[in-house]
Amino acid sequence: MKNILEYLELSALKYPSKVAFSDPDAEMTFDECQNDSKRIGTFLTGLEGKNKPIAVIMPKNVQSLTCFFGVVYSGNFYVVIDEKMPIDRIQAIFSTLQPIAIITDKAHAHMAEHFEAKTYYYEDVVTTDINQVALEHVRSQMIDTDPLYALFTSGSTGVPKGAILSHRNVINYASWYKETFDINETTQFGSQTPFYFSMSVSDVFSTIIAGATLHIIPKSLFSFPVKLIEYMNEKEVNTIYWVPSALCIVANLKVLDYVQLNHLNKVLFAGEVMPTKQLNYWINKMPEAMYANLFGPTETTDICTYYIVDRQFNNDEVLPIGKACNNCDVFLLDENNNEITDDREGELCARGSFLAMGYYGNDEKTKEAFTQNPLNPHYPEIIYRTGDLVKYNENNELIYITRKDFQIKHMGFRIELGEIEAAANAIANIQSCAVIFDEEKDKIVMIYVGKVKDHEIMSSLQDKLPNYMLPNVIVKIRNMPYNQNGKIDRKYLKNNYSDMNGGK
Amino acid sequence: MDQLLEVLRDMKPGTLIDENSQLIEGGILDSLDVMNLSVELNDEFDIEITPLDILPENFATPTTIYNMIKKLQEED
Repeated sequence: MKNILEYLELSALKYPSKVAFSDPDAEMTFDECQNDSKRIGTFLTGLEGKNKPIAVIMPKNVQSLTCFFGVVYSGNFYVVIDEKMPIDRIQAIFSTLQPIAIITDKAHAHMAEHFEAKTYYYEDVVTTDINQVALEHVRSQMIDTDPLYALFTSGSTGVPKGAILSHRNVINYASWYKETFDINETTQFGSQTPFYFSMSVSDVFSTIIAGATLHIIPKSLFSFPVKLIEYMNEKEVNTIYWVPSALCIVANLKVLDYVQLNHLNKVLFAGEVMPTKQLNYWINKMPEAMYANLFGPTETTDICTYYIVDRQFNNDEVLPIGKACNNCDVFLLDENNNEITDDREGELCARGSFLAMGYYGNDEKTKEAFTQNPLNPHYPEIIYRTGDLVKYNENNELIYITRKDFQIKHMGFRIELGEIEAAANAIANIQSCAVIFDEEKDKIVMIYVGKVKDHEIMSSLQDKLPNYMLPNVIVKIRNMPYNQNGKIDRKYLKNNYSDMNGGK
Repeated sequence: MDQLLEVLRDMKPGTLIDENSQLIEGGILDSLDVMNLSVELNDEFDIEITPLDILPENFATPTTIYNMIKKLQEED
């Protein structure tokens, strides 16, 4: 198959009345999903665009999914925009993207006036009569390297970059995900990640490929964990793929001491380093479940390596990121573009069908990260340089060390901030922690949330780290700042840590 | 109550918070804030908030949190 919609249509044929997607307000069967998507698609064929961007600004609900697929039915590609994103940042994205249209719902009508592109409302376009002939004509023109969506992530220069992914990327990636984690028609996903985040791609597309069901868990439930667990039990959620911070809420509050998850048997996570201490809480409470650590950037669709937890880890040990996914090759390069096969560290590079086509409208950034494979001088072959430093352990598993940009030089030593973080995260009563480097003052700064004394932190770290790696500044805060993807906001910490000492 | 308001204001610098601020409905506290606040309150008021206490009705406003703290202190 060459088009992601073929999978939707096949699942609609096999399981027409099965629920494909649910949220607290609505359920949508595969048949309904296909029909609404075709209605929206028929409307959008009137724009006569081909492989052009159409932005979707909708809350995370079942209707938003029909907008994504509707855009694809029209032969264009969709770009999910967070409805809560500041207008300025949306405008920055739109100045690169130049969308030919915007789809939103009437509740967000006030946003439309800020944008040049023509806005259409979901409530209107979904009533269009399906024109099967027009849709088939569009489909006959499409190939598997046509773009499916673009996903904007923050760039180090402050200008968001839009990775552009094709049908082929997503079909290959989601097929791997489906096979590796045995996603099938009995899978009930509990979806936590936003649709503008690459992790949701795994849940959404493996759902339509496998005929599974995806339940959108409202964000507000993560504030009230008992209600969260009740909701998951009510929906009979058996598979989750969450960011570590969401799993840590359950672990830090010891929620599973009080209530049980009755159906859950697969716990997958990615997006950040999963602290081993909190993972051990889950494993301890639910030893029968499968746990897997997935790793990769938006530029490899979502993931390029993975590790299924198959042994015990101490709280101060770091989980491996494992090995390459099937049909995706990864390798390590040193600073001189030579391959590393021993235990030295190097930059993780990936090649194969998971690789995004580049950054939309940004040739410069594309050429920096997507380069000719230096190990292959014979024909054009593009690799993606992740910017992540990794190494092989004694079991030949990949271990994540840090972002290349996080590796620092301090007192003449090369230091991985991630290693200090791993040591600090293992300390009892530390709930979350980040270690940053203030180049100007040449200081290692540890910022943490938790009930523990500074001298207790120092004495624990002294047992694990050489002196030159010990933090020079320890800042206790009440609240860790997170960016919109749910990752610790290190940039904010770096600029503000000296004013943040609020927890004493 | 002042002690509680201080904890909340420290957590959310730059946010105006009074006794009746809508913490959840008003979007002042997100899920990670609620978790951190619970741990912080345990420490600050020497109580034990369990997940069974972490409910929308208890965290709606500083006043409802205050009432929950009182109740947990009496139970002790």
